Amino acid sequence: MENRKLSLKYISILFSVLLLSVFTGSALAEEGGAAISAGDTGWLLTSSALVLAMIIPGLALFYGGMVRDKNVLSTMMYSFISVCVVSVVWVLWGYTIAFGTDVAGIVGNFEFLWSSGVGPEAFSGTAIPHLAFMVFQLMFAAITVALISGAIAERMKFMGYVLFAVLWVTLIYAPLAHWVWGGGWLGELGALDFAGGTVVHISSGVAALAAALVLGQRHGYGTEKMAPHNLPFTVVGAALLWVGWFGFNAGSALAADGIAAGAFVATQVATSAGVLGWLVIEWMYTGKPTALGGASGAIAGLVAITPAAGFVGPISSIVIGFGAGVLCYLAVVWKSKFGYDDALDVLGIHGIGGTWGAIATGLFASVGGGTGLFFGNPGQVFIQAVGVGATWVFAFVGTFIILKVLDMVIGLRVEKEEEIVGLDLSEHSERAYT
Amino acid sequence: MKLVKAIIKPFKLDEVKDALTEIGVQGMTVTEVKGFGRQKGHKETYRGTEYQIDFVPKVKLELAVADSMEDKVIETLGKAAKTGSIGDGKIFVSDLSGVIRIRTGETGEGAL
Repeated sequence: MENRKLSLKYISILFSVLLLSVFTGSALAEEGGAAISAGDTGWLLTSSALVLAMIIPGLALFYGGMVRDKNVLSTMMYSFISVCVVSVVWVLWGYTIAFGTDVAGIVGNFEFLWSSGVGPEAFSGTAIPHLAFMVFQLMFAAITVALISGAIAERMKFMGYVLFAVLWVTLIYAPLAHWVWGGGWLGELGALDFAGGTVVHISSGVAALAAALVLGQRHGYGTEKMAPHNLPFTVVGAALLWVGWFGFNAGSALAADGIAAGAFVATQVATSAGVLGWLVIEWMYTGKPTALGGASGAIAGLVAITPAAGFVGPISSIVIGFGAGVLCYLAVVWKSKFGYDDALDVLGIHGIGGTWGAIATGLFASVGGGTGLFFGNPGQVFIQAVGVGATWVFAFVGTFIILKVLDMVIGLRVEKEEEIVGLDLSEHSERAYT
Repeated sequence: MKLVKAIIKPFKLDEVKDALTEIGVQGMTVTEVKGFGRQKGHKETYRGTEYQIDFVPKVKLELAVADSMEDKVIETLGKAAKTGSIGDGKIFVSDLSGVIRIRTGETGEGAL
Protein backbone atom coordinates (compact mmCIF):
# COMPACT_ATOMS: atom_id res chain seq x y z
CA MET A 1 0.00 0.00 0.00
CA GLU A 2 2.87 2.33 0.88
CA ASN A 3 4.27 1.67 -2.56
CA ARG A 4 0.99 2.42 -4.28
CA LYS A 5 0.75 5.80 -2.58
CA LEU A 6 4.32 6.56 -3.50
CA SER A 7 3.57 5.66 -7.11
CA LEU A 8 0.60 7.99 -7.23
CA LYS A 9 2.77 10.80 -5.95
CA TYR A 10 5.21 10.27 -8.80
CA ILE A 11 2.39 10.19 -11.32
CA SER A 12 1.04 13.50 -10.07
CA ILE A 13 4.50 15.06 -10.35
CA LEU A 14 4.75 13.88 -13.94
CA PHE A 15 1.33 15.31 -14.63
CA SER A 16 2.21 18.71 -13.22
CA VAL A 17 5.19 18.87 -15.56
CA LEU A 18 2.86 18.13 -18.45
CA LEU A 19 0.39 20.84 -17.49
CA LEU A 20 3.19 23.32 -17.16
CA SER A 21 4.25 22.60 -20.70
CA VAL A 22 0.75 23.27 -22.00
CA PHE A 23 0.82 26.77 -20.54
CA THR A 24 4.28 27.49 -21.82
CA GLY A 25 3.15 26.31 -25.22
CA SER A 26 5.17 25.78 -28.33
CA ALA A 27 4.94 28.28 -31.09
CA LEU A 28 5.61 27.05 -34.56
CA ALA A 29 8.18 29.22 -36.19
CA GLU A 30 7.19 30.58 -39.54
CA GLU A 31 10.15 30.77 -41.83
CA GLY A 32 10.64 30.75 -45.56
CA GLY A 33 13.83 29.04 -46.64
CA ALA A 34 14.39 25.69 -48.36
CA ALA A 35 11.65 23.94 -50.29
CA ILE A 36 9.84 20.91 -48.86
CA SER A 37 9.84 17.78 -51.03
CA ALA A 38 6.53 15.93 -51.07
CA GLY A 39 8.29 12.63 -51.83
CA ASP A 40 10.86 13.00 -49.05
CA THR A 41 8.23 14.09 -46.55
CA GLY A 42 5.90 11.26 -47.50
CA TRP A 43 8.70 8.74 -47.04
CA LEU A 44 9.84 10.20 -43.72
CA LEU A 45 6.36 10.22 -42.21
CA THR A 46 5.77 6.68 -43.47
CA SER A 47 9.12 5.64 -42.03
CA SER A 48 8.22 7.16 -38.67
CA ALA A 49 5.06 5.09 -38.56
CA LEU A 50 7.05 2.01 -39.59
CA VAL A 51 9.46 2.52 -36.69
CA LEU A 52 6.50 2.80 -34.33
CA ALA A 53 5.26 -0.53 -35.70
CA MET A 54 8.63 -2.01 -34.79
CA ILE A 55 7.95 -1.22 -31.13
CA ILE A 56 4.23 -1.79 -30.89
CA PRO A 57 3.26 -4.32 -31.93
CA GLY A 58 6.65 -5.66 -33.15
CA LEU A 59 8.89 -5.61 -30.11
CA ALA A 60 5.97 -6.09 -27.72
CA LEU A 61 5.17 -9.40 -29.47
CA PHE A 62 8.82 -10.40 -29.89
CA TYR A 63 9.50 -9.98 -26.18
CA GLY A 64 6.01 -10.97 -25.02
CA GLY A 65 6.31 -14.38 -26.62
CA MET A 66 9.64 -15.11 -24.98
CA VAL A 67 8.56 -14.69 -21.37
CA ARG A 68 6.45 -17.04 -19.28
CA ASP A 69 2.68 -16.76 -19.57
CA LYS A 70 2.38 -15.04 -16.20
CA ASN A 71 4.46 -12.06 -17.41
CA VAL A 72 3.34 -11.49 -20.99
CA LEU A 73 1.16 -8.42 -20.31
CA SER A 74 3.79 -6.86 -18.09
CA THR A 75 6.41 -7.40 -20.78
CA MET A 76 4.21 -5.91 -23.51
CA MET A 77 3.43 -2.96 -21.25
CA TYR A 78 7.13 -2.10 -21.00
CA SER A 79 7.18 -1.57 -24.79
CA PHE A 80 3.86 0.24 -24.77
CA ILE A 81 4.75 2.62 -21.97
CA SER A 82 8.20 3.30 -23.47
CA VAL A 83 6.51 4.78 -26.53
CA CYS A 84 4.21 6.96 -24.46
CA VAL A 85 6.77 8.21 -21.94
CA VAL A 86 9.45 8.90 -24.54
CA SER A 87 7.01 10.67 -26.88
CA VAL A 88 6.16 13.14 -24.15
CA VAL A 89 9.71 13.59 -22.87
CA TRP A 90 11.01 14.00 -26.41
CA VAL A 91 8.79 16.96 -27.36
CA LEU A 92 9.29 18.57 -23.95
CA TRP A 93 13.08 18.43 -23.59
CA GLY A 94 14.59 15.30 -25.15
CA TYR A 95 14.74 16.61 -28.69
CA THR A 96 16.53 19.80 -27.81
CA ILE A 97 19.17 17.96 -25.76
CA ALA A 98 19.88 15.78 -28.81
CA PHE A 99 19.45 18.25 -31.67
CA GLY A 100 19.68 21.75 -30.24
CA THR A 101 22.71 23.82 -31.27
CA ASP A 102 25.86 22.08 -30.08
CA VAL A 103 27.39 22.99 -26.74
CA ALA A 104 31.02 21.82 -26.42
CA GLY A 105 30.37 18.70 -28.50
CA ILE A 106 28.48 17.12 -25.60
CA VAL A 107 24.82 18.24 -25.67
CA GLY A 108 22.44 20.47 -27.58
CA ASN A 109 21.30 23.78 -26.11
CA PHE A 110 17.71 24.51 -25.11
CA GLU A 111 16.61 26.32 -28.28
CA PHE A 112 13.95 23.67 -29.01
CA LEU A 113 12.80 23.29 -25.40
CA TRP A 114 9.11 22.31 -25.38
CA SER A 115 9.35 22.06 -29.17
CA SER A 116 9.52 25.80 -29.62
CA GLY A 117 10.96 26.62 -33.01
CA VAL A 118 10.21 23.18 -34.44
CA GLY A 119 7.75 23.81 -37.25
CA PRO A 120 6.74 22.94 -40.79
CA GLU A 121 9.79 24.63 -42.34
CA ALA A 122 12.54 22.47 -43.88
CA PHE A 123 15.01 20.92 -41.44
CA SER A 124 18.55 22.10 -42.19
CA GLY A 125 20.16 20.26 -45.09
CA THR A 126 17.00 18.33 -45.97
CA ALA A 127 13.73 18.83 -47.81
CA ILE A 128 11.57 17.52 -44.98
CA PRO A 129 9.70 19.56 -42.38
CA HIS A 130 11.51 19.99 -39.07
CA LEU A 131 8.48 18.42 -37.38
CA ALA A 132 8.88 15.27 -39.49
CA PHE A 133 12.53 15.02 -38.47
CA MET A 134 11.64 15.47 -34.82
CA VAL A 135 8.98 12.76 -34.84
CA PHE A 136 11.23 10.37 -36.77
CA GLN A 137 13.91 10.85 -34.10
CA LEU A 138 11.24 10.47 -31.41
CA MET A 139 10.50 6.94 -32.62
CA PHE A 140 14.20 6.07 -32.45
CA ALA A 141 14.42 7.24 -28.86
CA ALA A 142 11.29 5.26 -28.02
CA ILE A 143 12.52 1.97 -29.46
CA THR A 144 15.90 2.30 -27.77
CA VAL A 145 14.28 2.55 -24.35
CA ALA A 146 11.87 -0.27 -25.15
CA LEU A 147 14.72 -2.57 -26.22
CA ILE A 148 16.27 -2.38 -22.73
CA SER A 149 13.11 -3.84 -21.20
CA GLY A 150 14.16 -7.27 -22.47
CA ALA A 151 16.89 -7.38 -19.82
CA ILE A 152 14.68 -6.58 -16.86
CA ALA A 153 11.58 -8.51 -17.93
CA GLU A 154 9.73 -10.66 -15.42
CA ARG A 155 10.96 -8.81 -12.32
CA MET A 156 11.01 -4.99 -12.56
CA LYS A 157 8.36 -2.79 -11.02
CA PHE A 158 6.27 -0.95 -13.57
CA MET A 159 6.73 2.39 -11.82
CA GLY A 160 10.47 1.81 -11.61
CA TYR A 161 10.56 1.20 -15.33
CA VAL A 162 8.55 4.34 -16.13
CA LEU A 163 10.90 6.54 -14.11
CA PHE A 164 13.90 4.76 -15.61
CA ALA A 165 12.55 5.51 -19.10
CA VAL A 166 12.26 9.24 -18.30
CA LEU A 167 15.77 9.46 -16.86
CA TRP A 168 17.46 7.21 -19.40
CA VAL A 169 16.13 8.93 -22.50
CA THR A 170 17.06 12.30 -20.98
CA LEU A 171 20.50 11.53 -19.57
CA ILE A 172 21.81 8.76 -21.83
CA TYR A 173 19.96 8.57 -25.13
CA ALA A 174 19.61 12.27 -25.93
CA PRO A 175 23.30 13.13 -25.30
CA LEU A 176 24.43 10.06 -27.22
CA ALA A 177 22.22 10.95 -30.18
CA HIS A 178 23.77 14.40 -30.00
CA TRP A 179 27.32 13.03 -30.03
CA VAL A 180 26.70 11.08 -33.22
CA TRP A 181 23.98 12.91 -35.15
CA GLY A 182 23.39 16.26 -33.47
CA GLY A 183 26.74 17.90 -34.20
CA GLY A 184 28.54 16.38 -31.22
CA TRP A 185 32.12 15.14 -30.92
CA LEU A 186 31.70 11.62 -32.38
CA GLY A 187 30.08 12.92 -35.54
CA GLU A 188 32.80 15.56 -35.82
CA LEU A 189 35.43 12.86 -35.42
CA GLY A 190 33.97 11.13 -38.48
CA ALA A 191 32.30 8.14 -36.83
CA LEU A 192 29.85 6.54 -39.26
CA ASP A 193 26.49 5.48 -37.86
CA PHE A 194 23.87 5.50 -40.57
CA ALA A 195 20.78 4.56 -38.60
CA GLY A 196 21.83 4.01 -35.01
CA GLY A 197 24.17 1.05 -34.49
CA THR A 198 25.86 2.85 -31.62
CA VAL A 199 23.13 5.26 -30.58
CA VAL A 200 20.32 2.71 -30.54
CA HIS A 201 21.74 -0.79 -30.41
CA ILE A 202 25.03 -0.64 -28.54
CA SER A 203 23.51 1.79 -26.06
CA SER A 204 20.44 -0.36 -25.38
CA GLY A 205 22.50 -3.57 -25.29
CA VAL A 206 25.04 -2.20 -22.83
CA ALA A 207 22.32 -0.54 -20.75
CA ALA A 208 20.68 -3.98 -20.65
CA LEU A 209 23.84 -5.49 -19.18
CA ALA A 210 23.99 -2.80 -16.50
CA ALA A 211 20.30 -3.31 -15.76
CA ALA A 212 20.67 -7.08 -15.50
CA LEU A 213 23.56 -6.61 -13.06
CA VAL A 214 21.71 -4.09 -10.89
CA LEU A 215 18.44 -6.04 -10.79
CA GLY A 216 19.99 -9.47 -10.34
CA GLN A 217 18.77 -12.82 -11.58
CA ARG A 218 15.13 -13.75 -11.80
CA HIS A 219 13.95 -15.98 -8.99
CA GLY A 220 14.65 -19.56 -10.04
CA TYR A 221 17.09 -18.60 -12.79
CA GLY A 222 19.12 -21.62 -13.86
CA THR A 223 16.98 -24.09 -11.93
CA GLU A 224 13.43 -23.45 -13.10
CA LYS A 225 12.20 -23.76 -16.65
CA MET A 226 11.97 -20.31 -18.22
CA ALA A 227 11.16 -21.29 -21.77
CA PRO A 228 9.24 -18.92 -24.06
CA HIS A 229 5.49 -19.31 -23.61
CA ASN A 230 4.39 -18.38 -27.13
CA LEU A 231 6.95 -18.59 -29.91
CA PRO A 232 4.47 -17.70 -32.66
CA PHE A 233 4.21 -14.25 -30.97
CA THR A 234 7.98 -14.02 -31.12
CA VAL A 235 8.23 -15.03 -34.77
CA VAL A 236 5.45 -12.62 -35.78
CA GLY A 237 7.08 -9.90 -33.70
CA ALA A 238 10.43 -10.47 -35.39
CA ALA A 239 8.77 -10.35 -38.79
CA LEU A 240 7.10 -7.03 -37.89
CA LEU A 241 10.42 -5.67 -36.68
CA TRP A 242 11.91 -6.67 -40.02
CA VAL A 243 9.19 -4.84 -41.99
CA GLY A 244 9.37 -1.78 -39.76
CA TRP A 245 13.15 -1.70 -40.00
CA PHE A 246 12.91 -0.46 -43.59
CA GLY A 247 11.58 2.75 -42.10
CA PHE A 248 14.38 2.72 -39.55
CA ASN A 249 17.23 2.19 -42.02
CA ALA A 250 16.00 3.44 -45.39
CA GLY A 251 14.20 6.29 -43.60
CA SER A 252 17.52 7.39 -42.11
CA ALA A 253 18.51 8.71 -45.54
CA LEU A 254 16.06 11.52 -44.62
CA ALA A 255 15.06 11.53 -48.28
CA ALA A 256 13.40 9.26 -50.83
CA ASP A 257 16.55 8.87 -52.88
CA GLY A 258 19.26 6.46 -54.03
CA ILE A 259 20.85 6.22 -50.60
CA ALA A 260 17.49 5.20 -49.15
CA ALA A 261 17.21 2.53 -51.86
CA GLY A 262 20.71 1.29 -51.04
CA ALA A 263 19.91 1.10 -47.34
CA PHE A 264 16.67 -0.74 -48.16
CA VAL A 265 18.50 -3.39 -50.18
CA ALA A 266 21.28 -3.73 -47.61
CA THR A 267 18.68 -4.23 -44.87
CA GLN A 268 16.84 -6.97 -46.75
CA VAL A 269 20.02 -8.85 -47.69
CA ALA A 270 21.75 -8.59 -44.30
CA THR A 271 18.66 -9.71 -42.41
CA SER A 272 18.25 -12.78 -44.58
CA ALA A 273 21.94 -13.57 -44.17
CA GLY A 274 21.58 -13.09 -40.41
CA VAL A 275 18.88 -15.75 -40.28
CA LEU A 276 21.04 -18.10 -42.35
CA GLY A 277 24.09 -17.46 -40.17
CA TRP A 278 22.25 -18.14 -36.92
CA LEU A 279 20.53 -21.26 -38.25
CA VAL A 280 23.74 -22.73 -39.68
CA ILE A 281 25.73 -22.41 -36.47
CA GLU A 282 22.78 -23.49 -34.32
CA TRP A 283 22.32 -26.54 -36.53
CA MET A 284 25.99 -27.39 -36.12
CA TYR A 285 25.95 -26.94 -32.33
CA THR A 286 22.62 -28.44 -31.29
CA GLY A 287 21.57 -30.51 -34.28
CA LYS A 288 18.34 -28.59 -34.97
CA PRO A 289 17.53 -25.24 -36.59
CA THR A 290 14.85 -23.51 -34.47
CA ALA A 291 12.10 -20.97 -35.11
CA LEU A 292 13.36 -18.87 -32.20
CA GLY A 293 16.81 -19.05 -33.80
CA GLY A 294 15.46 -17.81 -37.11
CA ALA A 295 13.68 -14.92 -35.42
CA SER A 296 16.77 -14.07 -33.37
CA GLY A 297 19.05 -14.27 -36.42
CA ALA A 298 16.80 -11.81 -38.26
CA ILE A 299 17.14 -9.28 -35.44
CA ALA A 300 20.92 -9.87 -35.27
CA GLY A 301 21.22 -9.16 -39.01
CA LEU A 302 19.00 -6.07 -38.75
CA VAL A 303 20.99 -4.70 -35.83
CA ALA A 304 24.36 -5.21 -37.54
CA ILE A 305 23.37 -3.60 -40.83
CA THR A 306 21.86 -0.58 -39.07
CA PRO A 307 25.05 1.52 -38.80
CA ALA A 308 26.21 0.38 -42.24
CA ALA A 309 22.98 0.42 -44.26
CA GLY A 310 23.60 3.60 -46.29
CA PHE A 311 27.31 2.99 -46.71
CA VAL A 312 27.59 -0.57 -48.07
CA GLY A 313 26.62 -2.57 -51.14
CA PRO A 314 24.61 -5.81 -51.26
CA ILE A 315 27.61 -8.17 -51.13
CA SER A 316 29.12 -6.54 -48.05
CA SER A 317 25.64 -6.75 -46.53
CA ILE A 318 25.69 -10.53 -46.83
CA VAL A 319 28.97 -10.72 -44.90
CA ILE A 320 27.78 -8.29 -42.23
CA GLY A 321 24.46 -10.07 -41.75
CA PHE A 322 25.84 -13.60 -41.75
CA GLY A 323 28.61 -12.59 -39.34
CA ALA A 324 26.02 -11.08 -37.02
CA GLY A 325 23.97 -14.28 -36.99
CA VAL A 326 27.00 -16.33 -35.98
CA LEU A 327 28.44 -13.86 -33.46
CA CYS A 328 25.13 -13.16 -31.73
CA TYR A 329 24.39 -16.89 -31.44
CA LEU A 330 27.72 -17.42 -29.71
CA ALA A 331 27.15 -14.41 -27.44
CA VAL A 332 23.74 -15.69 -26.40
CA VAL A 333 24.99 -19.23 -25.73
CA TRP A 334 28.02 -18.02 -23.76
CA LYS A 335 25.86 -15.77 -21.59
CA SER A 336 25.15 -18.63 -19.22
CA LYS A 337 28.85 -18.83 -18.33
CA PHE A 338 28.80 -15.31 -16.92
CA GLY A 339 25.78 -15.60 -14.65
CA TYR A 340 24.04 -12.27 -15.34
CA ASP A 341 20.38 -12.64 -16.23
CA ASP A 342 19.78 -10.56 -19.35
CA ALA A 343 16.40 -12.25 -19.68
CA LEU A 344 15.78 -11.79 -23.40
CA ASP A 345 19.40 -11.35 -24.58
CA VAL A 346 19.44 -7.64 -25.32
CA LEU A 347 23.22 -7.52 -24.84
CA GLY A 348 23.82 -10.68 -26.86
CA ILE A 349 21.87 -9.44 -29.86
CA HIS A 350 21.82 -5.62 -29.75
CA GLY A 351 25.07 -5.02 -27.89
CA ILE A 352 27.17 -7.57 -29.74
CA GLY A 353 25.35 -7.19 -33.08
CA GLY A 354 25.63 -3.40 -32.81
CA THR A 355 29.33 -3.57 -31.98
CA TRP A 356 30.02 -5.87 -34.91
CA GLY A 357 27.97 -3.65 -37.21
CA ALA A 358 29.78 -0.49 -36.12
CA ILE A 359 33.21 -2.07 -36.67
CA ALA A 360 32.05 -3.69 -39.93
CA THR A 361 30.96 -0.26 -41.15
CA GLY A 362 34.59 0.80 -40.78
CA LEU A 363 35.62 -2.22 -42.86
CA PHE A 364 33.05 -2.30 -45.64
CA ALA A 365 31.89 1.31 -46.15
CA SER A 366 32.15 2.16 -49.84
CA VAL A 367 29.23 4.41 -50.82
CA GLY A 368 27.21 7.36 -49.54
CA GLY A 369 30.17 9.32 -48.24
CA GLY A 370 31.82 6.59 -46.17
CA THR A 371 35.01 4.70 -46.99
CA GLY A 372 36.20 1.72 -44.97
CA LEU A 373 39.37 -0.31 -44.57
CA PHE A 374 38.67 -2.64 -47.47
CA PHE A 375 38.15 0.35 -49.74
CA GLY A 376 41.35 2.13 -48.87
CA ASN A 377 40.67 4.00 -45.62
CA PRO A 378 42.19 2.09 -42.67
CA GLY A 379 41.68 5.02 -40.30
CA GLN A 380 37.89 4.55 -40.35
CA VAL A 381 38.05 1.35 -38.28
CA PHE A 382 39.91 3.20 -35.56
CA ILE A 383 37.31 5.97 -35.52
CA GLN A 384 34.54 3.37 -35.37
CA ALA A 385 36.29 1.69 -32.43
CA VAL A 386 36.41 5.00 -30.59
CA GLY A 387 32.68 5.40 -31.15
CA VAL A 388 32.00 1.88 -29.91
CA GLY A 389 34.22 2.30 -26.84
CA ALA A 390 32.74 5.66 -25.89
CA THR A 391 29.20 4.32 -26.23
CA TRP A 392 29.94 1.22 -24.16
CA VAL A 393 31.49 3.20 -21.32
CA PHE A 394 28.95 6.03 -21.30
CA ALA A 395 25.88 3.79 -21.58
CA PHE A 396 27.13 1.28 -19.02
CA VAL A 397 28.26 3.72 -16.36
CA GLY A 398 25.32 6.07 -16.88
CA THR A 399 22.70 3.33 -16.76
CA PHE A 400 24.32 1.74 -13.74
CA ILE A 401 24.21 5.01 -11.79
CA ILE A 402 20.61 5.81 -12.81
CA LEU A 403 19.39 2.39 -11.75
CA LYS A 404 21.33 2.36 -8.47
CA VAL A 405 19.84 5.71 -7.52
CA LEU A 406 16.32 4.63 -8.50
CA ASP A 407 16.79 1.39 -6.56
CA MET A 408 17.70 3.34 -3.43
CA VAL A 409 14.84 5.79 -3.82
CA ILE A 410 11.90 3.59 -4.84
CA GLY A 411 13.22 0.02 -5.23
CA LEU A 412 13.31 -1.57 -8.65
CA ARG A 413 12.28 -5.17 -8.06
CA VAL A 414 8.93 -6.57 -7.14
CA GLU A 415 8.75 -8.70 -3.98
CA LYS A 416 9.76 -12.34 -4.35
CA GLU A 417 6.19 -13.52 -3.86
CA GLU A 418 4.91 -11.10 -6.49
CA GLU A 419 7.56 -12.34 -8.88
CA ILE A 420 6.54 -15.94 -8.38
CA VAL A 421 2.86 -15.10 -8.88
CA GLY A 422 3.82 -13.22 -12.03
CA LEU A 423 3.90 -9.52 -12.83
CA ASP A 424 0.66 -9.58 -14.83
CA LEU A 425 -1.25 -10.26 -11.67
CA SER A 426 0.95 -8.53 -9.09
CA GLU A 427 1.71 -5.32 -11.04
CA HIS A 428 -1.37 -5.00 -13.24
CA SER A 429 -4.12 -7.08 -11.58
CA GLU A 430 -4.93 -8.97 -14.76
CA ARG A 431 -4.09 -12.18 -16.54
CA ALA A 432 -3.34 -12.80 -20.21
CA TYR A 433 -4.98 -16.20 -20.42
CA THR A 434 -8.01 -17.06 -18.35
CA MET B 1 -17.70 -55.80 -15.89
CA LYS B 2 -14.25 -54.30 -16.36
CA LEU B 3 -12.93 -50.76 -16.46
CA VAL B 4 -10.22 -50.51 -19.10
CA LYS B 5 -7.87 -47.53 -18.88
CA ALA B 6 -5.26 -47.05 -21.54
CA ILE B 7 -2.47 -44.45 -21.86
CA ILE B 8 -1.55 -44.15 -25.53
CA LYS B 9 0.32 -41.96 -27.97
CA PRO B 10 -1.91 -39.01 -28.96
CA PHE B 11 -1.53 -39.58 -32.70
CA LYS B 12 -2.89 -43.15 -32.30
CA LEU B 13 -6.22 -42.00 -30.88
CA ASP B 14 -8.25 -42.08 -34.07
CA GLU B 15 -6.95 -45.51 -35.07
CA VAL B 16 -7.75 -46.92 -31.62
CA LYS B 17 -11.22 -45.38 -31.59
CA ASP B 18 -12.05 -46.76 -35.05
CA ALA B 19 -10.80 -50.27 -34.17
CA LEU B 20 -12.78 -50.33 -30.92
CA THR B 21 -15.98 -49.04 -32.51
CA GLU B 22 -15.64 -51.73 -35.14
CA ILE B 23 -15.73 -54.53 -32.54
CA GLY B 24 -18.82 -53.06 -30.92
CA VAL B 25 -17.55 -50.72 -28.18
CA GLN B 26 -20.30 -48.13 -27.71
CA GLY B 27 -18.51 -45.32 -25.95
CA MET B 28 -15.36 -44.11 -24.31
CA THR B 29 -13.95 -41.11 -22.46
CA VAL B 30 -10.73 -39.45 -23.57
CA THR B 31 -8.49 -37.08 -21.61
CA GLU B 32 -5.29 -35.32 -22.63
CA VAL B 33 -2.72 -36.15 -19.98
CA LYS B 34 1.01 -35.82 -19.33
CA GLY B 35 3.30 -38.39 -17.80
CA PHE B 36 6.39 -40.47 -18.18
CA GLY B 37 7.36 -44.10 -18.16
CA ARG B 38 10.44 -45.73 -19.60
CA GLN B 39 10.39 -43.30 -22.50
CA LYS B 40 11.32 -40.50 -20.06
CA GLY B 41 10.89 -37.01 -21.47
CA HIS B 42 12.60 -35.04 -24.17
CA LYS B 43 14.91 -32.05 -24.43
CA GLU B 44 13.92 -28.58 -25.60
CA THR B 45 16.50 -25.95 -26.55
CA TYR B 46 15.84 -22.20 -26.55
CA ARG B 47 18.73 -19.97 -27.67
CA GLY B 48 21.14 -22.65 -26.52
CA THR B 49 19.55 -23.19 -23.10
CA GLU B 50 18.45 -26.80 -22.71
CA TYR B 51 15.43 -27.86 -20.70
CA GLN B 52 14.65 -31.48 -19.83
CA ILE B 53 10.91 -31.98 -20.26
CA ASP B 54 9.94 -34.92 -18.02
CA PHE B 55 6.25 -35.13 -18.72
CA VAL B 56 5.32 -36.17 -22.23
CA PRO B 57 1.84 -35.50 -23.65
CA LYS B 58 -0.30 -38.68 -23.86
CA VAL B 59 -3.96 -39.52 -24.23
CA LYS B 60 -5.87 -41.45 -21.58
CA LEU B 61 -8.77 -43.64 -22.71
CA GLU B 62 -11.37 -44.99 -20.30
CA LEU B 63 -14.04 -47.50 -21.24
CA ALA B 64 -16.30 -49.81 -19.35
CA VAL B 65 -16.91 -53.21 -20.99
CA ALA B 66 -18.80 -56.41 -20.32
CA ASP B 67 -16.72 -59.36 -19.05
CA SER B 68 -17.28 -61.17 -22.32
CA MET B 69 -15.68 -58.35 -24.26
CA GLU B 70 -12.60 -57.94 -22.07
CA ASP B 71 -10.09 -60.01 -24.07
CA LYS B 72 -11.24 -58.75 -27.42
CA VAL B 73 -11.09 -55.10 -26.33
CA ILE B 74 -7.62 -55.44 -24.86
CA GLU B 75 -6.31 -57.25 -27.92
CA THR B 76 -7.82 -54.73 -30.36
CA LEU B 77 -6.74 -51.73 -28.33
CA GLY B 78 -3.20 -53.05 -27.96
CA LYS B 79 -2.88 -53.82 -31.64
CA ALA B 80 -4.20 -50.43 -32.76
CA ALA B 81 -2.07 -48.42 -30.32
CA LYS B 82 1.18 -50.24 -31.02
CA THR B 83 4.04 -48.68 -32.96
CA GLY B 84 6.74 -50.98 -31.57
CA SER B 85 8.87 -48.13 -30.26
CA ILE B 86 9.32 -46.99 -26.68
CA GLY B 87 6.48 -44.84 -25.32
CA ASP B 88 3.54 -46.78 -26.78
CA GLY B 89 1.83 -46.69 -23.38
CA LYS B 90 -0.01 -49.14 -21.12
CA ILE B 91 -3.41 -50.73 -20.60
CA PHE B 92 -4.80 -51.05 -17.07
CA VAL B 93 -7.74 -53.36 -16.36
CA SER B 94 -9.74 -53.36 -13.13
CA ASP B 95 -13.01 -54.84 -11.88
CA LEU B 96 -15.99 -52.57 -12.09
CA SER B 97 -18.59 -53.06 -9.40
CA GLY B 98 -21.40 -51.01 -10.85
CA VAL B 99 -22.65 -48.92 -13.76
CA ILE B 100 -25.72 -46.71 -13.84
CA ARG B 101 -27.16 -44.94 -16.89
CA ILE B 102 -28.29 -41.63 -15.44
CA ARG B 103 -31.10 -40.97 -17.96
CA THR B 104 -33.00 -44.24 -17.43
CA GLY B 105 -31.66 -45.53 -14.14
CA GLU B 106 -30.63 -48.87 -15.77
CA THR B 107 -27.85 -50.68 -13.94
CA GLY B 108 -25.29 -53.41 -14.69
CA GLU B 109 -24.32 -54.58 -18.17
CA GLY B 110 -27.57 -53.20 -19.57
CA ALA B 111 -26.27 -49.74 -18.82
CA LEU B 112 -23.05 -50.16 -20.79
